[in-house]
Order: sequence, then C-alpha cells, then structure tokens
Amino acid sequence: MSESQREKDAVSGVDTTGHEWDGIRELDNPLPRWWLWVFWATVLFSVGYWVAMPAWPGVKSYTQGMLGQSDRRAVATALADLKTQRGASAARLTNASLEQIESDPALQAYALSVGQSVFGDNCATCHGPGGAGAKGYPNLRDDVWLWGGSLQDIQTTLKHGIRSGDPDARMSQMPAFGRDGMLDARQVSDLTEFVVALSGRQADRAAVGRAAQTFVDQCSSCHGVDGKGQQALGAPNLTDGDWLYGSDRAAISAQIHYGRNGVMPAWGQRFDEETIKALAVYIHANSGQ
Amino acid sequence: MTVVIDRTKRPAGSPEGQGPVSVAASVRKKADGGGGLYKARVPIYPKLVHGQWRMIKWVLLIATLAVYYIVPWLRWDRPGSLPDQAVLVDFDGRRFYFFWIQLWPQEVYFITGLLVMAALALFLTTALFGRLWCGYACPQTVWTDLYIAVERLFEGDRNARMKLDAAPMSLNKLWRKTGKHLVWLGIAFGTGGAWIFYFHDAPTLLRDFWIGQGPMTAYVSCAILTATTYIFAGTMREQVCTYMCPWPRIQGAMLDKHSLQVTYRRDRGEPRGPHKKSESWEGRGDCIDCNQCVVVCPMGIDIRDGAQLECINCGLCIDACNEVMAKVGRPKGLISYDTDHAVASREAGEHKGLYRFVRSRTIYYAVALSLLSGIMLWGLTHRGTAELHVLRDRNPTFIRLSDGAIRNGYTLKIANRTFEPKTYRVTAEGLRGDTLKTPGEPASGEALTVLVQPDQVRAVRVFVTVPRDQISSANMPVRFVASTTGETVEARSIFLSGEANAR
Repeated sequence: MSESQREKDAVSGVDTTGHEWDGIRELDNPLPRWWLWVFWATVLFSVGYWVAMPAWPGVKSYTQGMLGQSDRRAVATALADLKTQRGASAARLTNASLEQIESDPALQAYALSVGQSVFGDNCATCHGPGGAGAKGYPNLRDDVWLWGGSLQDIQTTLKHGIRSGDPDARMSQMPAFGRDGMLDARQVSDLTEFVVALSGRQADRAAVGRAAQTFVDQCSSCHGVDGKGQQALGAPNLTDGDWLYGSDRAAISAQIHYGRNGVMPAWGQRFDEETIKALAVYIHANSGQ
Repeated sequence: MTVVIDRTKRPAGSPEGQGPVSVAASVRKKADGGGGLYKARVPIYPKLVHGQWRMIKWVLLIATLAVYYIVPWLRWDRPGSLPDQAVLVDFDGRRFYFFWIQLWPQEVYFITGLLVMAALALFLTTALFGRLWCGYACPQTVWTDLYIAVERLFEGDRNARMKLDAAPMSLNKLWRKTGKHLVWLGIAFGTGGAWIFYFHDAPTLLRDFWIGQGPMTAYVSCAILTATTYIFAGTMREQVCTYMCPWPRIQGAMLDKHSLQVTYRRDRGEPRGPHKKSESWEGRGDCIDCNQCVVVCPMGIDIRDGAQLECINCGLCIDACNEVMAKVGRPKGLISYDTDHAVASREAGEHKGLYRFVRSRTIYYAVALSLLSGIMLWGLTHRGTAELHVLRDRNPTFIRLSDGAIRNGYTLKIANRTFEPKTYRVTAEGLRGDTLKTPGEPASGEALTVLVQPDQVRAVRVFVTVPRDQISSANMPVRFVASTTGETVEARSIFLSGEANAR
C-alpha cells in the first residue's frame, strides 16, 4: 500500500478506495441496497429477541421475556421426557429375569448400554473404567469371584455390598493375626512360606512343615484345608495365580499380619431395581461367562 | 499500473450505440454519479420473446419442475416395514433410498462421489458450451422464469408493466399487484411444500402436515423455502446471480476462447446503426441498434458489450435478434452461440478451424468424469450385503484367567444389509486352541452363531480365550470371519497377551 488517495479509475469511471497493492487498485462500488435491508432486519430481530427471550440483567432478577424460556426448565423437561422414553425398556427389565435379559439380544443391548454408563460413573473409581480392578479392588473381567460370579451373586453383591453396614451385606473377616497378637512374627513368616507353597511356587520346606498345623488351626475354617477358599465366606482361593493384595512374600505376610478387609458399598440404597439389574448383566457379560 | 478486469466496457475507439440506453447502462450511469454508499436495484422488465431458445427454456422449465414435484410421489415396493417411497432421505431411519438403491450413512462417499461427478460434469459442460446450467437448469433461473411468466399474466408485457409501475395506485393496479404476489406466494409455498416430501413418507406427511401433526422440521423447512423462493425469484432475481452466487466468478476458470457462449458477432454487426428500408447494406454492419436484445434480457445487460459476469447464457437475445434479422431480411445468427476465437478469426478474415471442442481442458474434464463414473459404478455394483467391523477392548487390553489362559474382549459389529434375517457364523482365524464366547449364549466354542435382523447392525461382545501353552507372542494377529450363505466378510485385529505371558 503506497498512497491512500481516492481517484476515478480511468477505464470503468468508478471511484477507487485509494488502496493500492503492487499497482492493483480496488474499485469502490457501492453495496447493493438489499444488503442494507438485511442489516436493518437483523437489528429489528434483536429488538424482538429482547422482548421474547430473557435478555437484560436487573438488580435482583432479569427480564424474563414473553416466551418464558428457561434452560433450567428445559433440562428438567428433557430429563422427564427421557424417563418416559426409557419407560418401555425399563419396564421390560423389571419383568424379565436376569437370564432372560442376557439372552435376549435387544434387552441385552439395552442393559449393556445402561450398565456401561452407570459403571463408568460409579464403579470405575475403584474397579477401573474397564473393570480390570486394581490392588485391593477385584478384577471383574476374569474368572475369579470372591463372592460368586453368577448373575444372582453379582446382583446380591451390588445391592447389599460387602461389609457395607447393610443388614443383608456380605460379611466375613480376615483377622489381623500379627497385629492382634494371635500369631508371633515367626509363625506369620512360616505361614507366608506355606501360602507360597500352596500356589505351587518354590518355598522353604522347613517353614512349610512348621506352618502346616497353624494353617489347619487358624486358616482352614474359611480358606479350606486344601486352601481353595470358600465363596460363601468370600475367602479367596490361595492355590491359583490370582492375588487381590499382591502375590509376593511381603504382600502375603502383610495380609496375614494386618488382615485387610475391603468394603463395597450397598448400591441398592442408591439405584433402582432396573439399574442394579442392568449393571449385573453388564458385569456378568463382560466377565466372559 | 492499473489492472481492472472489466469486460463490460467497449475497448477504446469502438463505436458507441446510438439507440435507447439499456437498463444496465443506466444503472452504471447512476452508479457513476457516486450516489451514496448503497445502490438501489434498478428494475428490469424483460420482454416476452418467441423462438427456438425460448421454446427450449419452456420445455426445460416444465421438465425440471415436473421432476421436482413428481419424484417424491413415486412408489417403490420394498419388503417388510421398509418405506415404499422410491426416493426418500430417511433421517429417522438413517437410510437413503433411490429406487433399487439403499444407502447407509457410512456409505456417504457415494453421495460425495455423486457431487464430485456433478461438479465435473458442470466443468465439462461449461468448458464446451458455456453457462448452460445458469441459463437453463439452475433453480434460480427456472423459478425466476416462472415468476416472470406470472408477472406477465397479471401485469402484461414489458411496456405495460413499466407503465403500471409508473402509474399512481388505482384499483386496477392494486388487484394486479395483489394477484401477482398471491400467486407468487402460492408457488413459493408449493416449492417449500414439495421439498419436505423428500424426507418423509409423502402421503402420510401430506395428511399430517395439514392437521398440524407433521414434524417441526417439515414446517420450518417449508417456511424457509417458501420465504427464499418468494424473495429470490420474486424480488431479488438477477441480484442472486450477480451478488450472491459464486459460480459466475468460478466459471471464468473453466471458460476459454474456444468455449461456446452467447456472443454478439461484432465482425458481422459493426458498424451498427439505424437502417432505413431503402438504404443499402453495403459498408455497414447488420446490427440496426433496435435494442431488442437488451429489452428481452432477464439480467438487464447489453450482450453487444461482450461476455459479462452477469450473462447467464440463456439465449433469449438470440431469439429476439433472429426475429429482427428476419424482418429486415438479413441472415439469422447475428447473436448466436459462438466462441471468442471464431469471432476474432472471422474478423481477421480466416474461416477455417474456427471451432475446437477437443482441447486439453475438455479432455482432462472428460477423463476425470469417466474415471469417477467408472469407480462409482463399480463400487455400487460390487458392494456386499454384509459388513463386519471389530472394535478391540482398550481397557483392559487383556485378562489373565486363573489357569493362566489369556482372554481378549472385542465388540463385533455385523451389518446385515439384506431385507431378510441372516445368521452369521463367526470364527477367529490365526490363533490356535482359541474359544469364543458371547454373553447370553450358554457354551463357548470355536465358532459363534449370530442372528442379525434385516437392514440392521448388531453389536456383539465377543471374548476370545487362548490357553497358556498356545500363546506364541505378546501380539498375535487375528482375523475375524463372519460367513453366511453366499457371503463371507472379514476384519483384522490383534490378540494381546503382554510380554510376561508370552513364551
């Protein structure tokens, strides 16, 4: 842009804007009148908008607008509509058994999508978004179930929780053998070797021999004489490769010493029956059973 | 250096017309005066013309409008609860129907291809024959033509209309104006009304629309199209082409000196001037400056100024000029579909090799168009009726079971595009000792059977378990195969097991 001088273009006889770029100048043709009308129409529209819609802030409130538009109310209405829309499918969940829900493709798809969103909002915090669990929080995708992995078992666990304070909650307790002085440090150490040996790993034979009687006295009532556990008591199988609190000697010995007991909330107090059912089907389906 | 691309002005030294000033010229005069920031529209009163091109335009007007109004009412029998409308964009059902073709949303590339084909066809036509689209087939042209016909019906031809507009308001003027606008609004409503039938079952919507039970989108679309039709064809007309449409600007890239355009043959017409019957035609051009080409022009331009951005190549000035040429006893075709090259050659005295239709650009456009049409046709005839997609679980990537076996989770999406239910046998190839399991089916095995309802996609959760001793690598390729009678589809994925579990 060199100079800024309006002049008449010699060829077309139209005024230029006075801008010049490398010898190219711009003609200053007038805008069509209708374009101006469109502009005024938008101005008029905005005035109508102030009247019809909430627009101006006041001291304590704001101008409400004649249409009574309210986003808050719109959300409430939309949620109510959603509930009505889902009513039919939700009703089918109420009437169907868990097995029926899982074997009917349409109901299964509905339960899985409900289950997925509820799981993501509530369960994923501890069990992980994919349900693979973490240390202290069971993996829901494998074939190991502390309290049983059937549809009904899962539904009961969801509804009443584990050690949750709910009257029907699943209850059991792993004692803190070391901390509460039931076993001394040497016994805990021997028992650790015994548990390592149970799961088919190399262990100190002498220690295993010393701990055999302790295991029968202290542990077998819940975990069984063979160490395979008991689902009714939520006592884990000690002979497989699945360890809730870790598989190494330190972790096993810590569990015998401190006896950690996990808590699962009773979701029946928060969710309706249909949601619990959908969630049970979702968890069961994803466990590959 | 001043560079101004403006071909509406004669080159310096060419003779100026002596006849009445065209409307377009008067517009320019007004604009020249520096008349403010905004330019008012100068009304154009196109005169009715008879002739070959006008007839073609009438025929095309009827044909294109007939296609537009009739197509949604064609029925086409489809099985089950599928819509029986031949052409339907079914947004609710997420399907597009065109007679025997049914497209799913994921096949939107066919629509893209069709649009690209349309663009290429437009390029080719423009390179060969100029703006045929603008002059004959563009909805703006067709509806404007229709609106002008209605205007003529109520207010008479050019002179009568000009007189009526200049006259003070009277009962006569009032009923003619009111009648015109009412009919215009009726056509506009009919235009918007026909549009919505492409998106819903036409007979059902027709009834629902009038009893107020139609979908809101139908009423809104109808209202918008009514408004745009009325405004664009009734009041804005040529302004849509000159101010709003990008095509007049783009087409410059397709046109060259060999493209056919409505052309004033200045080699024959100049020097122009009024002609008396007794006078000889020696030493003068055939143009008698009667201005008929200007008064019939719906764009309000003077074609004798050369090719112009405003010109839609409708050929009405050709008809007007031919009529006059016949009257004065000169050959037709003073204004004609011709090329810049031919006119320049004749001016230079050459009469051979005037036209070249085979040029590099027309070859490129034609090759691109036929290639794309071929690909589209092949794609359309070779697309299958089944589709399989695999979504691998990302979290967890794998699960180790208590016996050391590894399990991976997948979501298989099986699309059944036929109109009957199909059972697919699903296997995972490339693994050894694998078992498949899906929720709700009692046992796991080497294969699953999945029933998919007609015209639907079913998502199935599939768990693949491989025993510990068959895991050969942390990352094993797997191929899911879904087969049904006459068709097999595959999708690739991987089976992960983690370094610690692989041998």
